[in-house]
Amino acid sequence: MTRTARGVTLSIVLAVALVAAVLLSAMVGQLPVTPAEIVGSLLRAAGIPNGWAPTDQIVESTLWVVRFPRIVMGLAVGAALAVAGSVMQAIFGNPLAEPGVVGVSSGAALGAAAAIVFGVTALGSWSIALFAFVGGLLATLLVYFVSRANGRTEVVTLLLTGIAINAFAGAGLAFLLFAGDTASREQITFWQLGSLNGSLWREVGIVAPIMVVGLVAAVVLGRQYDLLALGERNARHLGVNVESLRIGSIVLVALLTGVAVAFCGIIAFVGLVVPHVIRMAIGPRHRPLIIASAVGGGALISFADLIARTAVSGADLPIGMLTSLIGGPFFFYLLFRQRKRSGGWA
Amino acid sequence: MSAAKPTGAGAAIVATGVGVAIDGRAIVDDVTIEIRSGEVLALVGPNGAGKSTLLSVLSGDVRPTHGSVLIAGRDIRSLRHLELARLRSVLTQENQVSFPFTVSEVVEMGRSPWMKTAERENDGAAIGAAIRATDIGHLLERRYTSLSGGEKARVSLARVLAQGAGTVFLDEPTAALDLRHQEDVMRTARSLAAEGRAVVVVVHDLSLAGAYADRVALIADGRLDSTGTPLEVLTAERVERVYGLPVEVIVTGNRPVILPVRGASGA
Repeated sequence: MTRTARGVTLSIVLAVALVAAVLLSAMVGQLPVTPAEIVGSLLRAAGIPNGWAPTDQIVESTLWVVRFPRIVMGLAVGAALAVAGSVMQAIFGNPLAEPGVVGVSSGAALGAAAAIVFGVTALGSWSIALFAFVGGLLATLLVYFVSRANGRTEVVTLLLTGIAINAFAGAGLAFLLFAGDTASREQITFWQLGSLNGSLWREVGIVAPIMVVGLVAAVVLGRQYDLLALGERNARHLGVNVESLRIGSIVLVALLTGVAVAFCGIIAFVGLVVPHVIRMAIGPRHRPLIIASAVGGGALISFADLIARTAVSGADLPIGMLTSLIGGPFFFYLLFRQRKRSGGWA
Repeated sequence: MSAAKPTGAGAAIVATGVGVAIDGRAIVDDVTIEIRSGEVLALVGPNGAGKSTLLSVLSGDVRPTHGSVLIAGRDIRSLRHLELARLRSVLTQENQVSFPFTVSEVVEMGRSPWMKTAERENDGAAIGAAIRATDIGHLLERRYTSLSGGEKARVSLARVLAQGAGTVFLDEPTAALDLRHQEDVMRTARSLAAEGRAVVVVVHDLSLAGAYADRVALIADGRLDSTGTPLEVLTAERVERVYGLPVEVIVTGNRPVILPVRGASGA
């Protein structure tokens, strides 16, 4: 198949997966809802009266208060993390770079936890997001400047830096757990595990716009990321201002990861698995890659969240645990492949 | 015979008194050189003489600590990245690609400085010519990351040619290539010059430089030892003095061929 044909096929597959994930997530749960009721309810909300809309008020509020905000949150967070992963891989020139693996997520979680424990509320519900962003930004800057040498990133240095940052952030979180009161402790534990449980429209209203802005920015920069694959010097020779692209992208990664972590905790490996699979399907050009990753990330999180809340009846599993369960072995496989290809761990 | 005084007329690059010092040590020292449109200039010299650094200064990658560089009559430091990319292209020695782009995608990237300009119409023609000149037509659908070293070098050269800049810098373009493709690359350099471009090429093979360059600039210890036609610069005494190796120079077809004297101990 040519890459264009593959692109068309992938778009269809992703669209079907996305619609299926959204529909299933809205249907399945303690209170089963039929697809007709969902479509009817959506149409009624859009101002079109119809016979399918649920007459039961409980069904209506289950959909609009519990399930829909959670679904939209899942799509936004999945897209944000997958886009952050693609951008990070582009600027590191390495398919193993991922916010969770290299410690950006834990940096953001540490920032969020600090905001909770020290009771920072100066900016209302934005306070935690802002602290998460700053934590994520510091972690990204650190990884970037430590793990790069001569315009390239070595896998070993990248992963070791990730270990160091994860360890440091883990220690910080442990201290905050120790210092905080019971309520803060529960919230921090939630951050470490990651969950979409209890998503509110108010929170969706923060995450979704930031995700959209980040996605648009990443797509605009897409061509420059292609040139960056030639190496920094060659990209510069082709007219790319590598320094500003680098700084802008680091802020972008921190923003997308920070906002996702601030409201849903650490959901690792989405930014690793999704861009990789999509690159295998349609090739490495960044514009289509980033757009497809956003859709794929949303679909993946929706399915994972569906499993998280239905696998054990009456319990809501942490989604971060699930993604790591799949992502861990996948990461191992990638590591192995890269070692085989470059004939060593460099 | 010594460095020609820059006049600026027909000059693609004019470097005046450029020097680069790192930690107080002069890597390039007081080099004044002019590269004219329509000529191939070969930069030669022993390892560590400062050829690559000088190339970086001339191409705008490295800011000289002393002196100035003009490209197309403008101070190279005053140009934005994109403006510079339309004036000069550079083939570097390091040509890894991070993700499995196809060969045709890599060559197309060479056209990116011309996006959103009228010059875009020539994309197809420039890419086609670059592909023919580097003999990579059969590789277009392959992934760059799966190519051999020599194939990668030719694809990267095609990308640099497709850029269509008036000044072309080639840093050891022949290093990874077999005999035939070495000659092909140097012939390509000649045809670029014939189109009116200025070509600066770093080569180690003095005979290759002698055979294809209009002028040779010999660099020794960061200084410009001499510039001139191959016959003027590549004399047995000078090469022996700079490289510390006795050589024999044979002139065929008005071009010098440089052979190390391997002596009677060859038995």
